[in-house]
Amino acid sequence: MSVNAPERLIETYFPTDEEYDRHLGKRTRRGFLVRSLFLLALIIAVVALVTLLYTIINDSFGLVAIVNQQEPEDIVASLGHDSEETGLGDLSHDELVSILQGGVSTNVGRRLERDQRFYEDRLVFESEAVFAEICSSAEPPAGCDAAPRDQASVLQLVQERIVQPDIIDVEELVPSLTSPEEFQQRVEQIFINSPERFGEYTFDQVQFEWRAWLNPTFVRTPASGTPETAGIRTAVLGSFWIVVITVLFAVPVGVGAAVYLEEFARPSRLNDFVQTNINNLAGVPSIVYGMLGLAILVRALEPLTSGRVFGVENANGRTLISAGITLALLTLPVVIIASQEALKAVPNSLRQAGMGLGATKWQTVRSQVLPVAVPGILTGVILAVARAIGETAPLILVGAASFFTADPTGPFSRYTALPIQIFQWTSLPQVEWKHLAAAASLFLLIMLLILNAGAVILRNRYSRRPS
Amino acid sequence: MTDQLTHDPGMRQTLKGKRRTSEKIILIGLFACGAISIATTLGILWELGKESLLFFQDPQVSLWEYLSGTIWQPQAGSFGIWPLVLGTFLITLIALSVAVPIGLAAAIYLSEYASQRVRGFFKPALEVLVGIPTVVFGFFAVTFMTPLLRDIFGANVVGFFNVLSAGIVVGILIIPLVSSLSEDALSAVPDSLRQAAYGLGASKLEVSLRVVVPAALSGIAAGVVIAMSRAVGETMVVTLAAGAAPRNFTLGDDPLSYILSPFEAGQAMTGYIVITASGDLAYNTIDYNSIFAIGLTLFLMTLGLNSMSRRIVKRYRQVYE
Repeated sequence: MSVNAPERLIETYFPTDEEYDRHLGKRTRRGFLVRSLFLLALIIAVVALVTLLYTIINDSFGLVAIVNQQEPEDIVASLGHDSEETGLGDLSHDELVSILQGGVSTNVGRRLERDQRFYEDRLVFESEAVFAEICSSAEPPAGCDAAPRDQASVLQLVQERIVQPDIIDVEELVPSLTSPEEFQQRVEQIFINSPERFGEYTFDQVQFEWRAWLNPTFVRTPASGTPETAGIRTAVLGSFWIVVITVLFAVPVGVGAAVYLEEFARPSRLNDFVQTNINNLAGVPSIVYGMLGLAILVRALEPLTSGRVFGVENANGRTLISAGITLALLTLPVVIIASQEALKAVPNSLRQAGMGLGATKWQTVRSQVLPVAVPGILTGVILAVARAIGETAPLILVGAASFFTADPTGPFSRYTALPIQIFQWTSLPQVEWKHLAAAASLFLLIMLLILNAGAVILRNRYSRRPS
Repeated sequence: MTDQLTHDPGMRQTLKGKRRTSEKIILIGLFACGAISIATTLGILWELGKESLLFFQDPQVSLWEYLSGTIWQPQAGSFGIWPLVLGTFLITLIALSVAVPIGLAAAIYLSEYASQRVRGFFKPALEVLVGIPTVVFGFFAVTFMTPLLRDIFGANVVGFFNVLSAGIVVGILIIPLVSSLSEDALSAVPDSLRQAAYGLGASKLEVSLRVVVPAALSGIAAGVVIAMSRAVGETMVVTLAAGAAPRNFTLGDDPLSYILSPFEAGQAMTGYIVITASGDLAYNTIDYNSIFAIGLTLFLMTLGLNSMSRRIVKRYRQVYE
């Protein structure tokens, strides 16, 4: 049996020149079109990033319409300073306390003093005898043990109690720049429509001023219940403590585990299991770590994590150390995997040279392999720190207090953290909180930027070392 | 001297047989570091399992109701998981339909078309997106995406809390994950395949879409599944933007247009856990135990997705020389 090719002209196999040109044109056009679509997708991703940054910056600056009960300039001038040069924040601790003494009733002052004293050695509103009596009662107020207020804290009180700024309305950055008069008209309209809302204020008293929501005072002042005087100091300190604890736990353990797996572990079922397990842990949602922290660190190990064993008075285990260890467990896979990559990249000749000189395995690892792997490990550590700074969900589970104004004093104190503060402020309806959340987000992003820049610099410095 | 060292059998013997206790201790210490990861896994399984068991032992709860119920109302004693799963599912679906086309197209462009300079600009930009904390994305969803959607579709159509806004922003959040994993898969395809296709007269687009993408499909699919797992476990965006109300429904009574509506609020599993746990949660209450039952469900879901991704790679990966 033979197969015959069908009798067809050669033209039916191959397109004519005309058809070929048309077809090619179509293919080229389609190629160009789809290529543009691919590029468009990339641009969309970048536009999303830019929009996010734009939103944050747009909300971090802008005009505010504000009414002060008492003008800060007048207060400064009444103390004999030049109000042009000196602001409220430049006043000393003593001057601020004297302003408070002149401005609040004795009852309010006593209450403030019971919360936290103004001076270590003397009392301002309360008499020594009464204060001692209160402190020896069954439930002494916080002011008995807590450290005295510092300048920033007294400044906040002066703002809250004396200046009493009342923000009428706020505007975002871009409309503040393009059409400030529209904002003024809007505020005026608010006064015309509902004059009763502002009591005795009139529109003439309203001051329009520029405000950078992210400013030094914002970073220095503790959290507060009113947006006019709230700051992120408590949160920043809390985040700082958490990161330090996280690093102290995660780095030694993570590097140790990586060294074991890369340098010592012989292929066995157990070691395979450890490796698979680490890869699995990297994919567990962060909130699950939070639940682990809640059940084990906060609850089961409460005597340890509340610091009771170490003689710290604390109600429960919702402390910095619980948060730090929880985030350490969360970042551990990141540290281990990055360190493993770094160790894998160390050439084998170094190990063989070390062993050949008679060094033991550990000596080789310690003085030959690890130093070479340091830049890679460091990158992993910084990645882990960046992750720990931004994590929110696990911290909520291990009990980061969303409203807490005292500075953390040690690993066993209660705390709040920067992302928690952002979360809390974002979920509040009043528009001022939105700007505070934006400012706090901006601060967080700047911290992360600095951290990443630090990572790049460190890496370049180390990798220049001859290895 | 050298002679002595190498030829004295006694000396060699002493070195060989020497017990190095400190080395042993160090080795044990290092192993302990590795074992902490196992302890973590066991801890997660043990605690989630134990508290979930307590949850299901509660007379108000039955396992069957949990797995089949469509009403989640802890105050009223209704514990059906489906409203929360529905929230998670809708958000994940929206997120994937944002992230997969954009991420994949971006990956193809970066891997097949982009010049070195273009890559040098776009890759760091995508990496920046990875580094931004999720709570900031949550802020973005509430202050930008939700108002935008309400402007587009009308404030009476789109609720202040809605799964669409949450889904889109979670999608943006996982774009870099999809694109970087896909790009890895695409660039692992050997150049000989591309050259062979070019040799047959294929255009660049045909090479990319008909040769490279199919060859990298297992890697891409694995990446998409990983991104899905990430979206399921995502918490802060979902909590802030999708609201704190579970979308309770009754099959048959409620129209599908309500059940599947992207414009309504729909609390996700992670959102419920966070909202319930914020504030001082009392131990041994049904609320406390319920978050562990949901946590276990979530853990099993993400574990399933992650191992599915690994299986896809193992099973379908084409190995080239």
